[in-house]
Amino acid sequence: MEPRPPIVEMRGITIEFPGVKALDGVDLRLLPGEVHTLMGENGAGKSTLIKALTGVYRFQEGELIVAGEPVRLDGTASAQAAGISTVYQEVNLCENLSIGENVMLGQEPRTRLGIDWRRLHARASEALEALGLGDLDTRQSLSTLSLAVQQLVAISRAIVANAKVLILDEPTSSLDANEVARLFAVMRDLRDRGVAILFVSHFLEQVYEISDRLTVLRNGRHQGEFAIDEIDRSALISLMIGKDADTLDAIAQKREAAPREVDAEPLLRARGIARRGAIVPTDLELHAGEVLGFAGLLGSGRTELARLLYGADRLDAGTIELHGRPVALTSPAAALRHRIVFSSENRRDEGIIRDLTVRENVVLAVQAKRGWLRRIATSQQRTLVDDCIARFDVRPAQPERRIGTLSGGNQQKVLLGRWLATDPEIVILDEPTRGIDVGAKADIQAAVLELASRGVAVIFISSELDEVVRLSDRIVVLKDHAVIATLENGPDVTSETIVARIADADTQEEAA
Amino acid sequence: MTATTTRERLGALASTPLVWGLVAIVVLLAINSLRDPGYLGVELAASGRLTGNPIDILRTAAPLLMIALGMTLVVATGGIDLSVGSAMVIGGAVSMEMLQAGDGSVGSAMAALGVALLITAVLGAINGVLVAFVGLQPFITTLVTMLAGRGLAKVITEGQNTSASNEAFRWIANGTVLGAPVVFLIALAILVVVVVLVRTTALGMLIESIGIDPKASRMAGVDRRSLLVAVYVISGVLGGVAGVFATGSVMTVDVSNTGLLLELDAILAVVVGGTALTGGRFSLAGAAIGALLIATLDKTVVFLGVSSAATPAFKAVVIVALCLLQSATIRERLSRVRLRAPRREVTA
Repeated sequence: MEPRPPIVEMRGITIEFPGVKALDGVDLRLLPGEVHTLMGENGAGKSTLIKALTGVYRFQEGELIVAGEPVRLDGTASAQAAGISTVYQEVNLCENLSIGENVMLGQEPRTRLGIDWRRLHARASEALEALGLGDLDTRQSLSTLSLAVQQLVAISRAIVANAKVLILDEPTSSLDANEVARLFAVMRDLRDRGVAILFVSHFLEQVYEISDRLTVLRNGRHQGEFAIDEIDRSALISLMIGKDADTLDAIAQKREAAPREVDAEPLLRARGIARRGAIVPTDLELHAGEVLGFAGLLGSGRTELARLLYGADRLDAGTIELHGRPVALTSPAAALRHRIVFSSENRRDEGIIRDLTVRENVVLAVQAKRGWLRRIATSQQRTLVDDCIARFDVRPAQPERRIGTLSGGNQQKVLLGRWLATDPEIVILDEPTRGIDVGAKADIQAAVLELASRGVAVIFISSELDEVVRLSDRIVVLKDHAVIATLENGPDVTSETIVARIADADTQEEAA
Repeated sequence: MTATTTRERLGALASTPLVWGLVAIVVLLAINSLRDPGYLGVELAASGRLTGNPIDILRTAAPLLMIALGMTLVVATGGIDLSVGSAMVIGGAVSMEMLQAGDGSVGSAMAALGVALLITAVLGAINGVLVAFVGLQPFITTLVTMLAGRGLAKVITEGQNTSASNEAFRWIANGTVLGAPVVFLIALAILVVVVVLVRTTALGMLIESIGIDPKASRMAGVDRRSLLVAVYVISGVLGGVAGVFATGSVMTVDVSNTGLLLELDAILAVVVGGTALTGGRFSLAGAAIGALLIATLDKTVVFLGVSSAATPAFKAVVIVALCLLQSATIRERLSRVRLRAPRREVTA
């Protein structure tokens, strides 16, 4: 490919939110006729960067150059005017309008009397035909289409708008293999016509299949830009999670306790549990007193699997047994009755009740379990909340304070207190240490080990592989919505070997 | 005591919504008293009952207070119940039909009340099931039951404005105990019962929880559906009680007008009382104050001789002013204006 000047160049982009530097001097260049993939774990700054590029966020420092000209974006409209088009993960189309109206939204051909419907549908058909969707009736309602085709319709809008840059933010997360193939064909076609495509996906396999170039972000910092053949999978993963081989060797301090005596009968046994678009049929065993780690990149199915075990999402197939008896975990309330708790990675939307006090947040799950009639006595509520505050050093130590006013780390501690107050048998912790300081992290890790030593079964999910390796007795490795390995933890298991597993599975699939 | 702490206390007081409702009531009563110094006078009539404007206000506030309590709980879950006015007319229609068929005894009065409450509870349960299990929007659901409910009342009375006589009933609606209207005392008793119900059980906290964040509440194991059914049933029953007493004062149910548009007054009372329509934290005492305020306002409008055409506009102005005073943003702006002025009040 002959080197062409970049169509978009972002230099030294810095965005600060109150208390957080979301992006710190990030560079990104998009070349015409290339698919450029943005890689990074959760919170790395991918979405923030995209929002800076599409005019949603202003950046405090740095510059944006489009087609050689410095540009100041003051809103999404000006980004679109500059030829930057975005298709988000959740398709943002109007389901109640026709396909044609969606394609031409904002670009409707007009006559003096209003919209020229005939020309509108003709031009929409043209645009769709370019994507191999010529057979669609543009007068049909959009809602008759599958999600995958809707996504293509969204892309056709970019063609109509004559976009020079197309941003696809996780377009494949809910598509099956055939649908992905169709999308990729369209992407290649657009690329060959000189469109610069910015692609985000958590599927390594897809990234290597479609990308020409990668930019890696971690913690809001630029980690490097690579042509796709310059970087192999292990190196890429290491770069994303921020550990190179040397530092991985240095952290060998893992759980030293001898492997526990594990009951022959597992506490929980899942057979073939599956959910479309989330996790393929999976078997799982969980024993009392063990810490089971889930390792995998974001989107690998680690959270999705955990949610099935808590009844947060429904099973499409498979069975779950507790103590050898089949149970129906149809809702979180049902799981709580079976003494299973789940601390979501999404603290803000699925954890705290922001306008309730710390005390109310702590007692909520216990109270929900008891039903509304049997209110927990005030004195007992005090005991529960005081225990939680003392145990995890919640600050400020004010039970009657609104939880929404606490820092993220302290909210997390209160939530842990909530779950432990229910006296659970199985504790599922999804990213319990994300975004909290080192001291609090150590507290939470200690709490995990202490729970296990009391016979509680813990499922521990974290993006930080070191943490998983340090705490877990066994590690379930997930990738692309499937369990690819279950490892007995031992001296030969390190973050590095897990990374190798994930990368390895890639190569195997490629060979297949 | 230093000036700052006084000021802080005043600030904290000013941020309590129900204080503004009380202030508004006092202001309205003061205006009326300026017009007629004897406005607040209460006389002991020969029959041993108290008469006077304040007593009238309490009496007219009572049904509104009852439905405002139920409305508060529904609004706290993030919903709304437009069918309370219809629950009132159904309660009235059922009780009048029962009384007409009955023998005028206390027993038949109890039976009439019981059946009226049972039927309005069913109405509330229908709302609750449609909202919680079918997933319809509360606004649409209760709009439908509002229309259907009044129709049902007309079916029950065969389109007539049924009258009846029953001494026990008349006493409840029009009688006094120690000079105070029985119906208002019952409204107060219901207030106490509802407060006890939601605050000595966990009902209040769980309602607030699902109103603030349904998703996070579900993840915490809170059973949203049964809570929703419960609040709509409570709202329906309180609507029925209000209807029985509203019709009891004249011993006639007016199927076209009993409870008509009262759901809007109830919603106003809830909002004035400091419960946000978006759900979450709620104040039953605030709703009670709100109901009193609206009754006072209605009375004032008539007393001041505001032309009936302008009545709704007058009411709207007072309510908007009150809502502005309750808004933290507006208060902050106002206090900034005050601070720029010379700070003489510190020494005062």
